[in-house]
Amino acid sequence: MKELSLHILDVMENCTEAGAKKVSLCIEEDKGEGKLKIVIEDDGKGMSPEELNRVLDPFYTTRSTRRVGLGLPLFFETAKRCDGDFRLESQPGKGTRVEASFTVDHIDLPPMGDLAGTITAFIVGHPEVDLTYVYRTNGDEFVLDTEEVKGILGVDELTDPAIIEFLRGKIREAVIQMP
Amino acid sequence: MGKLTIEDLKKIKEKTLSQTALREGGATVKIIVHMGTCGIAAGAREVMDALLEELAETDRKDIRVITSGCMGMCSSEPNVTVEMQGQKPVVYQHMDANKMRQVFRRHVLKGEVQTDFALARMD
Repeated sequence: MKELSLHILDVMENCTEAGAKKVSLCIEEDKGEGKLKIVIEDDGKGMSPEELNRVLDPFYTTRSTRRVGLGLPLFFETAKRCDGDFRLESQPGKGTRVEASFTVDHIDLPPMGDLAGTITAFIVGHPEVDLTYVYRTNGDEFVLDTEEVKGILGVDELTDPAIIEFLRGKIREAVIQMP
Repeated sequence: MGKLTIEDLKKIKEKTLSQTALREGGATVKIIVHMGTCGIAAGAREVMDALLEELAETDRKDIRVITSGCMGMCSSEPNVTVEMQGQKPVVYQHMDANKMRQVFRRHVLKGEVQTDFALARMD
């Protein structure tokens, strides 16, 4: 993928395929050390140890429309190519955790890209799922919890265009403003 | 909650359009943006962005946008399926932001299927 935020969107789509009701996305940037960590967790149906062993194989997939499952293998390759780390944990019936870390100044690291676009596309497309997004740098933290936002606004879904535009702006602002 | 303050949200609440139309099951149009790995790699997110912008400009409250996974036609991604009430769903292929705007304005808003962009009409 051309942007890290596209990998993030792809993995979050996996979470919903697994029947997740809650997805959490945490992006941590250590600007001093030049490190970036992305963690995506869900409470979906999870994978058995056997499935976990196969999931990084591009020719392994649980869907019937095609015989390739490229999402996780591609993300893994991006991390590996940038001298990074990739960890997968999962428990059947509990959920899955994907962690990818990168060295920021690595020449092959794709840009983060349009993270606000990724998050809003996900929120609109899956109104039944709740997302917690945390962006953390050395000095500060930005949190977006869709369940909390729904509660304050008194709505069941965050699909109203005005809300989405507002959230998009806030997500972008946080990346620009945080130390 | 970090930088998203309660004051911010309350301001938005005042501007928010009513969602009662959808809650009462009043969606007459469903637009599905396919977001499998293939779709995302081919540009589905940009198609979704364009769609959300078009939605923001219309007063219609009966249009629902959802995302779904790969439908198996990876080489024609980004694909978008438009389901109008009472009509067979139309699958559009090789979509981009501009085509999405055209499909939205002409097919969704006016009922004119954009056959140039269509892959198939589903049964």
